[in-house]
Amino acid sequence: MTSDTRAGWRPVTEAVGSVRAMKAVFLRDLKAAFRQRQDLLNPLLFFIMVVTLFPLGVSPEVSFLQQAGSGILWVAALLSVLLSLDHLFRHDYDDGTLEQLVLQPQPLFLLVLAKVAAHWVLTGLPLVLLAPVLGIMVHLDGNSIGVLCLTLLIGTPVLSLIGAIGAALTLGLRSAGVLLSLLIIPLYIPVLIFGTGTVAAAGDGAPVGGYVALMGAFLVLAVTLAPFASAAALRISLSNA
Amino acid sequence: MWQFFHKLGSPKWFFGIANRLMPWLLWGGAALLFAGLIWGLAFAPQDYLQGNSYRIIFIHVPSAFLAQSVYIMMAVAAVVTLVWRMKLADVFVKSVAPVGAVLTFLALFTGAVWGKPTWGTWWIWDARLTSMLILLFLYFGVIALGAAISDEKSSARAVAVLVLVGVVNIPIIKYSVEWWNTLHQPATFKLTEKPSMPAEMWVPLLLSVLGLYLIFGWFACLRMQTEILIRERRTRWVKELVLAGRS
Amino acid sequence: MGAELNVHNAGVTPRCSRSGALMSEPLLQAVNLQCERDDRMLFRDLSFSILPGTLTRVEGPNGSGKTTLLRILAGLNDAWSGDLLWFGQPRSYQREEFVRNMLYIGHRPGIKPLLTPMENLRALMAGRKTVSDDLLGQALAGTGLAGFEDVPCRRLSAGQQRRVALARLLIADEPLWILDEVFTAIDIDGVAALETLLVQRARDGGAIVVTTHHDLQLPSMQRITLGAGDDF
Repeated sequence: MTSDTRAGWRPVTEAVGSVRAMKAVFLRDLKAAFRQRQDLLNPLLFFIMVVTLFPLGVSPEVSFLQQAGSGILWVAALLSVLLSLDHLFRHDYDDGTLEQLVLQPQPLFLLVLAKVAAHWVLTGLPLVLLAPVLGIMVHLDGNSIGVLCLTLLIGTPVLSLIGAIGAALTLGLRSAGVLLSLLIIPLYIPVLIFGTGTVAAAGDGAPVGGYVALMGAFLVLAVTLAPFASAAALRISLSNA
Repeated sequence: MWQFFHKLGSPKWFFGIANRLMPWLLWGGAALLFAGLIWGLAFAPQDYLQGNSYRIIFIHVPSAFLAQSVYIMMAVAAVVTLVWRMKLADVFVKSVAPVGAVLTFLALFTGAVWGKPTWGTWWIWDARLTSMLILLFLYFGVIALGAAISDEKSSARAVAVLVLVGVVNIPIIKYSVEWWNTLHQPATFKLTEKPSMPAEMWVPLLLSVLGLYLIFGWFACLRMQTEILIRERRTRWVKELVLAGRS
Repeated sequence: MGAELNVHNAGVTPRCSRSGALMSEPLLQAVNLQCERDDRMLFRDLSFSILPGTLTRVEGPNGSGKTTLLRILAGLNDAWSGDLLWFGQPRSYQREEFVRNMLYIGHRPGIKPLLTPMENLRALMAGRKTVSDDLLGQALAGTGLAGFEDVPCRRLSAGQQRRVALARLLIADEPLWILDEVFTAIDIDGVAALETLLVQRARDGGAIVVTTHHDLQLPSMQRITLGAGDDF
């Protein structure tokens, strides 16, 4: 066993690539989420219920719903994402997985990106898929529903990415949920404005290509910047643990 | 340079400098602000469209101006906190965030008061007012996060990250709010964009802006000194200072 | 585990002197470490070296900062001043290399209750090295979890969950281990086995830093004693 005698302090030379590590993080999050399916359903139910409140609370008139529908759906989706953000890092924080994540050799922002991607697949994407049904319920026309889904498809990842910063900053704090909303809602405003604005423009028959491109630019910006901020925030929150 | 930087990081050194600086800031600022306001409120000519009600710009514009610059200053301090871990930078952020919030509120309030005679309503979803409202939310977020984290160092860095995220977003928010505004109502009357302002109006306005900046400097120093005293209460120099003050 | 590879020219570790160096070169060196938390000085002027082939125990009463010190050493806590050297160079310049060579198991061991021991272990190793499922299974069996590989961890006892985390130690290559309260919730047999493992590891040249309330009796153990924390 001579080969083992000094094995203990040989520097480790094997480096696992970032993409592989990201994939592992992504798959683990998906797997854990599918073991607790009810948690996946909750944001969707919330989404549906919030949308239901508007016809009941304001007016069920077709003209009102047609005009306000895209805004209602967008606000409901935004709130639903906001609600689910608390889970993004909290479980990992509680069971210590987050510490191990930070101590992985790969750049933390990439691992965070993988986690956010999993979060979007689990919350944002189902919202997008559910949106057409609710769009019909608020009497949006076919074209508007298509554009709405497109804006949600581009917009919800931005919501997840920005939200991750807030989730990371409020990790381990008491009443983190409310604080998280307080920090994040102002940052969501541009996405909301362009999301609903694009649908409104489509309803007026205006071309929406430019607006969609602009939302794409938001997404690119968020993908490139937000993971860095989230990673920094995670380190700070863990340092305080 | 590094010597200076190191000194700047020392709260004790800052405390002394602030002591010497504050009278100048206070009296200089008070004089300018006083001159600007008296001139603006009493002597500047009436506006041909709005009459006397426009005079609120001598309060509205300086506070709106400063409210935005304070956030930028906080962002600069946030970079210093994250890169050099300078305590003083965080003291600055924590001390001026509430001041910034109050200024933003003042800008909103004066905007509303101005809106009443101009538009006939207290609040209108004008692009500028809405942007200011969101800025106020950003300030609230910074204050709330700072208060929620008890550990001083963690709180400093977390707040710094949030301020930087906010400052990246401010132009995006401003732009999108303006776009949203044009989408929903054609641009009618803008609060501060006058085609040409006579010198009798903009000179006092400039004076009040400068004056308010100086007053802000004084107030920031005062609040920072207080914050430093609280944070450094266990150090010898603070104890000596307090004892000297008592005798 | 195939440690006699050509480490020298592997490219990832540029300083060749490392593998050829004397056994006494410290892996990690703390110089005048100081940490203050919530207005309380936990420790200051703390200097020590973590040598290969040694076991270091951090001691002190509750609240003296043992966990904090370990988290600082692991690079999780940033609220300290002083110097931390990894192979003689400031650690902050070589973060990636440091974390690749350090294994940390904390109070919260990083086990997801919803996943099985196998999935947990696989996920924990995924970012660090390529391990076959066979080897993972052997490691789990080695910690007495044979037969539990596919049971969600939330159905396991606290001790069993910790054992999942400890299974990493059986397949770990990292020269430096930092283990916080490793013996918590582990039964007597498990403690004995773990003690043997740590001693063997140190004898093989690994460096281990532990905190434990367990009465650890090992030869040649370095002790770092923290006070109750003085107000200054």
